[in-house]
Amino acid sequence: MNSKIKTNIISSFFTGLTLLATLIIFTILIIIIGNIIIYGHKTISWEFITKAPREGMTAGGIFPAIFGTVALVVLMIIAVLPVGVMTAIYLHEYSKPDFLLTKIIRFAVNNLAGVPSIVFGLFGLGFFIQFVGAGIDKFFGLEVIWGQPCLMWAALTLALLNLPVVIVASEEALRAIPKETREASLALGATKWQTIRRVVLPQATPGILTGAILSISRGAGEVAPIMFTGAAYFLPYLPHKPTDQFMELGYHIYVMATQSPDVETTKPILYGTVLTLLILTLLLNFVAIFIRSKIRRQMKKSF
Amino acid sequence: MKRLGTLEKNLQAKPLGFKKRFRLSEFLIEKAIFISSFFAILGVILIFLFVFREALPIFTNPEVTKEASLRLFFSTTIWQPISDNPRYGLIPIIVGTLKVVVVALFFSVPISVAAAIYTSEFAPLRAKEYIKPVVELLAGIPSVVLGFFALMVMASFFHGIFHSTMRLNALNAGVALSFAIIPVVYSIAEDSLNAVPRSIKEASLALGANRWQTAFRVSLSVAMPGVLAGVILGLGRAVGETMIVLMASGNASILSGNIFDSVRTMSATIAAELGEVVHGSAHYNVLFFIGASLFIFTLFINSLAHLTVTRLQRKLAGKI
Repeated sequence: MNSKIKTNIISSFFTGLTLLATLIIFTILIIIIGNIIIYGHKTISWEFITKAPREGMTAGGIFPAIFGTVALVVLMIIAVLPVGVMTAIYLHEYSKPDFLLTKIIRFAVNNLAGVPSIVFGLFGLGFFIQFVGAGIDKFFGLEVIWGQPCLMWAALTLALLNLPVVIVASEEALRAIPKETREASLALGATKWQTIRRVVLPQATPGILTGAILSISRGAGEVAPIMFTGAAYFLPYLPHKPTDQFMELGYHIYVMATQSPDVETTKPILYGTVLTLLILTLLLNFVAIFIRSKIRRQMKKSF
Repeated sequence: MKRLGTLEKNLQAKPLGFKKRFRLSEFLIEKAIFISSFFAILGVILIFLFVFREALPIFTNPEVTKEASLRLFFSTTIWQPISDNPRYGLIPIIVGTLKVVVVALFFSVPISVAAAIYTSEFAPLRAKEYIKPVVELLAGIPSVVLGFFALMVMASFFHGIFHSTMRLNALNAGVALSFAIIPVVYSIAEDSLNAVPRSIKEASLALGANRWQTAFRVSLSVAMPGVLAGVILGLGRAVGETMIVLMASGNASILSGNIFDSVRTMSATIAAELGEVVHGSAHYNVLFFIGASLFIFTLFINSLAHLTVTRLQRKLAGKI
């Protein structure tokens, strides 16, 4: 009897520890977000998000950084979404799991997802700027236009970084659609592609959207890949063509936090910028998580 | 009679074979889908080629080898790339990376595995639906924000407790890094614990084990390979993570075992120095060499984790 009570006490103790660990994670999240909201909310105003920085980034707003981030992310998603979705369609609808090619693609997707972001930065510099860009300039006999850091190359680097995110999410969306739906369409005489376009893809859209939103959120927050491929400390003008450099929220935070001559004066603006980026990425994440949990619930119902 | 005749004729004219009609648009789109699927493979190959291409002079170009070669990397303990007599000792940088990663895993692994056990074994069903998304939210915080938090808030907090001489140090960077790793380890550990068949757990409970004993001795030991895979992936992420370490570690290449000293990691070295380096110099090649090492390391780590997870899945499906 005594030993049973002892086991029970030990058991409750360890169960309590696992609960504690969960609470610690919650606390970390609350402290980080809370701290940033408390110190950052006062800075955020209409002027802050619509005006350019002034006086060596110690005053004014962050509009160019917001504009640059949006431009970057839009270009990135245009590049990555079609390729990612088509890869997912190939993997799930056309190939067989034991094809050698399928295995190689999966291996590549898996590893691409694990490559450190700074290595993507190195790759962007070595491949896009110094190989492709410089190659274009040389071929057309231009001055240095493409062979330098710019919006285009940063967006493509990010697109490659996010390719696995889009592929995995799209494939999950395709997997959630019951086989019978496809068979019904095929039995009615639709061809394979007609089935995919008119039956499968419309149903998979929410899931694909989740992937797109997650990759936008990740793209907006990544700094290491764009440091050397296009982001600028400060630009007096907004980027208006793909070969321009641009300012970006995350990079702006890094620059202000580490290179500012007077951290105390910059602090309110810095916190405001962090809060803006956090709101942007977390809002996108919220939407994605919401859509995904809705899909998962639907999936459970349909089985 | 006549009508039947035409029907027969029609049947003869169109035999019951389904001959696929050739559609050009369909043919093209299917080819496009096929070609798209090569982009991921192409991406990995191109990264490999172009990062290694810029690292190659360390082995081949005699001009560069004088300053930087594999032997020189490990024959000095000083990292001093910008000076009249540049020295590229990788030892302090590798040790620095290890220090930060060990601190990060020390904090993140117990917390995330315990939280995963709680979520999959003990949490009420309703709470479960909230815990996962909240942890996923932590994964959604950009690393530059975590780095900022570590630099502005956490560093002062730790400084107030430990009064270390250096405000930015390995402990600070490691703890901040653990925030980025917790969601990685947690989600894979939770997935594997969830995949443990209910029948096994029920068998254990029926034999008189309580819920904790079942969770710890049965579920966790069955799911162990998956949990390990999570830890391995977390390790890969920790080694490659850049912005947090760049902002929170102090970036001084000091060779010591003390976690209160500033450190410089491999990824942060690239990020901090690539902007000012002369293209084609030995320093430039060394930075790409560090990048190539990171790439190989994560490739290895990922394959290992992937293998572990697939084997676990097959085992749980009863195929081994």
